[in-house]
Amino acid sequence: MLEIRDLHVSIGDKPILKGISLTILPGEVHAIMGPNGSGKSTLAQVLAGREGYTVTAGAVTWQGQDLLAMAPEERAWAGLFLGFQYPLEIPGVANVQLLKEAVNSQRRRKGLPELDAFDFLERVKASLKLLEMDEAMLYRGVNEGFSGGEKKRNEILQMLMLEPRLAILDETDSGLDIDALKIVARGVNALRGPERAILLVTHYQRLLEHITPDHVHVLADGRIVASGGRELALELEAKGYGWLTAEAGQEARP
Amino acid sequence: MGSNDLPLTQHLNSEYRWGFTTDIEQEVVPAGLNEDVIRLISAKKQEPEFMLEWRLNAYRHWLTLEEPKWASVHYPPIDYQAIHYYAAPKQAKRPKSLDEVDPKLLATYEKLGIPLAERAALAGVAVDAVFDSVSVATTFKDRLEKLGIIFCSFSEAVRKHPDLVRQYLGSVVPYTDNYFAALNSAVFSDGSFVYVPKGVRCPMELSTYFRINARNTGQFERTLIIADEGAYVSYLEGCTAPSRDENQLHAAVVELIALKDAHIKYSTVQNWYPGDAEGRGGIYNFVTKRGECRGERSRISWTQVETGSAITWKYPSCILRGDDSVGEFYSVALTNNRQQADTGTKMIHIGRRTRSTIVAKGISAGRGRNAYRGLVRILDKAEGARNHTQCDSLLMGPNCAAHTFPYIEVKNPTAQVEHEATTSRVSEDQLFYLRSRGLTEEDAVNMIVNGFCKAVFRELPMEFAVEAQKLLSVSLEGAVG
Repeated sequence: MLEIRDLHVSIGDKPILKGISLTILPGEVHAIMGPNGSGKSTLAQVLAGREGYTVTAGAVTWQGQDLLAMAPEERAWAGLFLGFQYPLEIPGVANVQLLKEAVNSQRRRKGLPELDAFDFLERVKASLKLLEMDEAMLYRGVNEGFSGGEKKRNEILQMLMLEPRLAILDETDSGLDIDALKIVARGVNALRGPERAILLVTHYQRLLEHITPDHVHVLADGRIVASGGRELALELEAKGYGWLTAEAGQEARP
Repeated sequence: MGSNDLPLTQHLNSEYRWGFTTDIEQEVVPAGLNEDVIRLISAKKQEPEFMLEWRLNAYRHWLTLEEPKWASVHYPPIDYQAIHYYAAPKQAKRPKSLDEVDPKLLATYEKLGIPLAERAALAGVAVDAVFDSVSVATTFKDRLEKLGIIFCSFSEAVRKHPDLVRQYLGSVVPYTDNYFAALNSAVFSDGSFVYVPKGVRCPMELSTYFRINARNTGQFERTLIIADEGAYVSYLEGCTAPSRDENQLHAAVVELIALKDAHIKYSTVQNWYPGDAEGRGGIYNFVTKRGECRGERSRISWTQVETGSAITWKYPSCILRGDDSVGEFYSVALTNNRQQADTGTKMIHIGRRTRSTIVAKGISAGRGRNAYRGLVRILDKAEGARNHTQCDSLLMGPNCAAHTFPYIEVKNPTAQVEHEATTSRVSEDQLFYLRSRGLTEEDAVNMIVNGFCKAVFRELPMEFAVEAQKLLSVSLEGAVG
């Protein structure tokens, strides 16, 4: 489904990713963990098509296509979703307006009819319920004046409405209290299925208590220094990142 | 044509750029302005003596004035003696059918979703070639007449309702008001007149009729709207279709009068030719618009969406004379390429407990220059007057500019005046966020801009608001990326 081969990425002259290889198959949940500054968010942003990064080597294939050659919206149409670490505010644009436009722009590309207002509301209400969000959130400006937790839940709402093939969630757990974390996890688990894959980018393993990953990768200084199963995350929790980065011959980072 | 960088006079005399023929008889008065020209205009229009007197007084006053230079706009000197002040009928120089209209213009109509039947009229095809438009207009007029509403051209009003014209003309914008108002008063060609009698609520937006019939009223347009006690009228001026006009200078005057408990809502969507990307050509829109809330509890609302013209220089204003009267100004002004705008409003609080609201949104893209200039003046008798001003600028790209010049004068200590201003940019992060949800870059820009303008768009009549949104997106095509 997604194949990353020896990906090198720089910002300006500064190399951030130094040879990432990763294969994600349908139905899988991968977690990428690592200390701050290890390149986790850069990987998420590059996969979604953010400008400002230079790919200096390597390739990314998405369902047989060259992902890096696609515009951000083309990636979305092809079923990719990025849950932002810092969701943006779009003042004056009602949340429901963006949801509807996003859903319908993707449906149009797939040759599907646009959802009418009734079907759309029915679906959005079901998702709101799952995420324990108030319907009034639909009519507020996109993330305008939302609390940190509301913004993250709103990302998950968008994800549920868009039903991506691959959801990349960039530190969706950061800044959430335990109740909110459980709700977000519930939303993510609702998306899991044999046709879909999820890539969780996180600093802490506590999210993984609620979303069980199939694979865990540790990123340090732009490289994957360890891969394993669920148990790797627990080991990290116990020992911290230091032993891995040291083991890989890398300078340990805070 | 390619001679757009030549002086104004050349524009004024040039052929319409889409090569229209001139086989219809045209009365031509030589270029230039003097008392004889004014006498001739008045005679041609069969005006009563008072009208000619007024025009001549305006002209004599104009001669004593100097063209104002204080606005934040730049243009080469205007040669007023090179302008033709009378050319009628304007039936000349029109395409005979849509086949003769520039295809680019038609493509724009298509994008704006202008109904097919209206496109011909907008493109300036001779009216007799546009089936139905005249009969539609006549039907509207009959309905209005039954309610006692007068809605006609200004010339017709001067002939048929001279007492009303005499009573109200110049009572809000006297010819002594400013340079361009004086010029307009001397030479105005035509325009619209509306009178809504006591207690009558005008049942329709005065728009469709206007769109089809009041075209080519010329560069010196004059509009007078009177809402008698307890009356209501919503008036829509202009349309979203790009209007081409061979006249570069437009100096119109609009006067609104709201008597006791009356409400006038005046909405403008202005999309005159802005000139090309290098700033050649384009209309200078120097218009004086002012409303007076003359009676108690009266209300005047100005809503404008300005995307066209090379230069927009105007301040639709409210004089709040009646106690408890309300003035509102909602504005979106967009400048792209080399367009310039110096626009805003004046709210003059005279009566007690008068209230005003100003919401001004400026969007600058390309090398556009956008200035908000607003005056809130609270006079000493205006006990308990209140004003709230919200003034926001949105910048797109590194080469545009936005300026804000708020003037506040308060002579009554019980007044409350609030002013909020923000400047923001369409950020790369916002665009990326929306694109990652599947919106194209263009749709993403439109969504951000429409969100920015929401507080103004919701004041527009529904259909107009939809058109205005499309208009903004067409006007911003290629502004980002």
